[in-house]
Amino acid sequence: MKTQNVLKTENQMIHTPKKVKNSKNKTIKIIIYVLLIVLTIISVIPFYMMIINATRSNKEIILGFSFIPGSSLIDNYKTMIEYVNIWVGFRNSLFVSVCVTLLSGYFSALTAFGFAVYQFKGKNILFLFMLIMMMVPGQLGLIGFYELNKFLGTLDTYIPLIIPAIASPFVVFFLRQYLSSTLHPSLLEAARMDGAGELRIFHTVALPIMMPAVATMSIFTFIGSWNNYLVPLVMLFSPDKFTLPVLMGFLKGSQVAENLGSLYLGIAISVVPIMIAFLFFSKYIINNISAGSIKE
Amino acid sequence: MKNINYKGYYFIAPFFIVFLIFNVYPVFLTFYYTFTQYEGYGKPTFIGLDNYARIITDTYFLEAFMNTWKIWGFNFILQLGIALLLAALFSDLRFRIKGLGFFRAVFYLPNLITVSSVALLFGIMLDWQYGSINQLLLNIGIISEPIHWLNQPFTAQLSVSLILTWMWFGFTFIVIMAGVSGISKDYYEAALMDGANSRQTFTKITMPLLKPILLYVLITSLIGGLQLFELPMLMSKNGLGEPEGSLNTMVLYLYNQAFRYNNYGYAATIAYALFLITVIFSAVTFKSMYRDAKVMKNRGE
Repeated sequence: MKTQNVLKTENQMIHTPKKVKNSKNKTIKIIIYVLLIVLTIISVIPFYMMIINATRSNKEIILGFSFIPGSSLIDNYKTMIEYVNIWVGFRNSLFVSVCVTLLSGYFSALTAFGFAVYQFKGKNILFLFMLIMMMVPGQLGLIGFYELNKFLGTLDTYIPLIIPAIASPFVVFFLRQYLSSTLHPSLLEAARMDGAGELRIFHTVALPIMMPAVATMSIFTFIGSWNNYLVPLVMLFSPDKFTLPVLMGFLKGSQVAENLGSLYLGIAISVVPIMIAFLFFSKYIINNISAGSIKE
Repeated sequence: MKNINYKGYYFIAPFFIVFLIFNVYPVFLTFYYTFTQYEGYGKPTFIGLDNYARIITDTYFLEAFMNTWKIWGFNFILQLGIALLLAALFSDLRFRIKGLGFFRAVFYLPNLITVSSVALLFGIMLDWQYGSINQLLLNIGIISEPIHWLNQPFTAQLSVSLILTWMWFGFTFIVIMAGVSGISKDYYEAALMDGANSRQTFTKITMPLLKPILLYVLITSLIGGLQLFELPMLMSKNGLGEPEGSLNTMVLYLYNQAFRYNNYGYAATIAYALFLITVIFSAVTFKSMYRDAKVMKNRGE
């Protein structure tokens, strides 16, 4: 697979035979590893402190810091849950992100298929228009977007968070590129000979071919939606509808903030699942970042 | 065979319907608001170019602009420096540093975490009294008195800058490392044969060949940096960019003007100013980098 090739070339580069052995290089090597370990500690220690403090009582945290866990995890949880039900935020975030990912994946594939397979009037202009709009940052239309939703009566619902995912220019762009190099016209012809309708061809022939690319994009779509803060902050008013990032902001101003242990626990609950998911997907995600940047 | 090409419209129709309604229309609607005074209820009053006149002389906007630059700029230099150093170390044939996969993943981890959680986490860890960071620094003896990280303009900006570096150096490292691994190892072997030292190898081979990647890193980071919002919003006391407006960034100013003070017309103008600034700086960056690359090429011939 492509991902393995990337790794291989890197390994080759590092292991190119040329033996240079002297004590000076060894010292430098030790210094480099020390540097790398220091950077590793810096990258991880805030999360470590977060987890440790989530298990300590407010009093313990105020008195000083510690690398050893405390015993107040359950008390902290009880205090937190009394004021803010973080699992509701979790469920909301999950719901929104899953919907966004599914809609974005399906409709982007549909649009990419339309652009890649058919020759219709105005096709290139529409595609160009899409690319230009792709460059426009999200905040540009924020005020108008808010007013539009006010007009539609969709404020404080998930519609403004989910429905726009149907139009994801970047995913369409990516999938169209992918499709033009993987989908052979002969496949389509064969399906048409068998009497399959165009939509059926899309579902049975094109979509399966696109699945790897859709999956790649889905990871980033999901992460992007999961972490999105500004749009849900503007659109949602009811705390029971808040997504996790908005709930984090809410947590800051709530009574939970008076108990530092509970606050740390709340943050930890929002962070740890992503860290666990990263354990499984890290190679995949990183290789995609690498591949994406080289193509530019 | 009958022509089925018109069916392409059916496939792209859902996209364009949603796109026009939720993406294109709001952009134009926002543009319309820039010419109006609008408090979010009633009808927008047309006031011509007043909002534009206001933004040119608005010291708060200028301040937000400068703050955004300071915070992003310092972070970018630091982040790029670390990423380049790491890339240089990992690509050096003399040392053959192991564990690239592991370090890449660990350095990237902070980037994946929800920014609002990061903001909240550092917000309490930087607390001058009960924050873990001061407690730790006091314990080790690096400082003798707690630092008021988020209560003084300079340290507040520095803190946000350093958090950004912490979040992004891993990403930049991955991207640059990808660029480095795309460079043929023949160059490095030849350099090694010719007795080039690490510094020479890096400045004469790696850097010039990395130019396109560096451009990518610079522009994406710049665009992201100009949109800095979550960290200053959640790390300033009331979300207004405290202390003394030092954390007031352009998007935070936009947000507060619109959704705190109900100045929708002026907020829309800020959005367009921000867009214009982004376009100008991206174009300038792109052009200057591109010209440099051209000059280099000619020299080579």
